[in-house]
Amino acid sequence: MIEIKHLTKTFQDKSGPITALRDVNLSIEKGDIFGIIGMSGAGKSTLLRCLSTLETPTEGSISLDGVDYSSLSGQQLIELRRRMGVVFQGYNLLMQRTVLQNVMFPLSLAGVPKEKARERAMQLLQMVGLENKAASYPAQLSGGQKQRVAIARALSTSPEVLLCDEPTSALDSLTTKSVLELLYDINTKLHVTIVIITHEIAVVKAICNKVAVIDAAEFVECGSTKEVFADPKSDITKLLLGREEKKHG
Amino acid sequence: MVELLIKGTGETLYMVALSTVFAYLLGVPAGVLLSVTSKGGIVENHSFNWAFGWVINILRSLPFIILMVFISPFTRLIVGKAIGPTAACVALIVAAAPFVARLVESSLAEIDAGVIDAAKCMGATNRQIILRVMLPEAIPSLVRGLSITTITLIGYSAMAGAIGGGGLGDIAIRYGHHRYDTRTMLITIVLLVIIVCVIQVTFDKLAYRVDKSNR
Repeated sequence: MIEIKHLTKTFQDKSGPITALRDVNLSIEKGDIFGIIGMSGAGKSTLLRCLSTLETPTEGSISLDGVDYSSLSGQQLIELRRRMGVVFQGYNLLMQRTVLQNVMFPLSLAGVPKEKARERAMQLLQMVGLENKAASYPAQLSGGQKQRVAIARALSTSPEVLLCDEPTSALDSLTTKSVLELLYDINTKLHVTIVIITHEIAVVKAICNKVAVIDAAEFVECGSTKEVFADPKSDITKLLLGREEKKHG
Repeated sequence: MVELLIKGTGETLYMVALSTVFAYLLGVPAGVLLSVTSKGGIVENHSFNWAFGWVINILRSLPFIILMVFISPFTRLIVGKAIGPTAACVALIVAAAPFVARLVESSLAEIDAGVIDAAKCMGATNRQIILRVMLPEAIPSLVRGLSITTITLIGYSAMAGAIGGGGLGDIAIRYGHHRYDTRTMLITIVLLVIIVCVIQVTFDKLAYRVDKSNR
C-alpha cells in the first residue's frame, strides 16, 4: 500500500549538506503494523515526515496505493493527507480547545457538519476510553490520556494509515502498554495500517508484525519481526536487542 | 475644572479606543504576514519578510512626536484637520500598527510548531491554519499584547495632547506646565494612573480566563 523507492533526503546546513536518509526502499502492506526502529538521529523521524508529506524527498518517490506523492498538489494533496492520520510524540493537541473539539477538528476542517462530527468524535472518544473527558482541556489530562485523544483525532477522518512518530516515548511503561494495546486494536478491528517509528525495541516486539532497522540514514535490515529479531544480521540490531535484554535482565 | 477633566478623560479614552481598534485592524494582518513568511513559516518567503520587516522597523523607529508632525499633511487629507483628538488618532494608528504587528508576530511565534505540523497533516489549508489554529491558539498571548498596546497608546495620546491633540495630556501641559497649576497636573496624573491600572488588571484577568492551557 505504501511504496518507498530510492528515497534520499538531504538538508542544507551551514557546514554543508546533511544526508538524513540515503536510498531507502520500503514496502508497507495493507494491514501491517510496521515498526521502524533506530537510534536517535538515525533518520527515522525524517522518514516519517516524508511519509506524512511534511517534508518532500530530495530524490526518490513515495506512493500510496500507486499514487506518487510528488504528482499531487493543492486539493489533491489535502485529500491524500486525509487518508493518513498522524500521531506525534508530543501529542500536538490544540491547547485552547476541549478534548471533543480537538477530535472534531479534522472533520470540521473537512467541512463535515457539526452534529455529524460531534457524533463521530464521541464514538472515537468512547473507543479510546475518554468519553467522560470530552469537555476537559488537554492541559487537564495526563500524558497517556493526551496521546489517546491524539489517536482519536488522527482516526476521525477514517484514515487508511496511521503514522506514529515515537507515540510512547514520553510515556511510562504501563501507559505505553495500554497505548500499544489501543493501537493493536485499531489495527485489528478497524483494519488501519499502522507505521510506528520508535527507538524502543519493546514497542516493536509488542505489536509490530514487520520491522525495518535504520542506522546512519540507511536501512540495514528489514523483514518480519520474528525473523529479524531471531537472527539479527546487523550490529545495530544486535545492539538494540542486547540493550533490551540488559534492561530486563 | 471638573468638566474640563471629564472632557479630557473622555477624549483620552476616545483616542485610545479608536486608535487601538484601527491599529489592530492593520497590525494583526501585518503580524500574521510577518509570521507566516518567516523562516519555517507556512509560506516562508525570505525577501518579502525582509522587506516588510524593514518597513515596520522604520515606522517603529520614528519618535512619536516627530511622526505626528511629519504626517500632519496626510492627517489633514484624511480627517480634514491636523489638530484635535480625531486628528491625533491618525498618528496614533500609524505609530501603533507596526508595534501591534511585532506583538502579534511574537505571540504567533510562541505556538508550538508541532501543532501547525499536525494541522497540515489533517489537511488544513493555509487559511485554516492561520484562522483556526494560529490565531485561536495565540489568544491568551494576544490579549496580553492588547493590554501592552492600550497602555502604550495612553502614553502616546498624552504626547499627542501636547501638540493639540486634546485629552488629559493636553490639560496637563496647558494647565499644569504652562500655568504652573500643580494641582491640575497632579489630578491628571492620578487619572492616568487609574486608567492604566484598570486596563492592566482587566486584561490580566481576561488573559487568565481565556487561557485554557494552564489548568
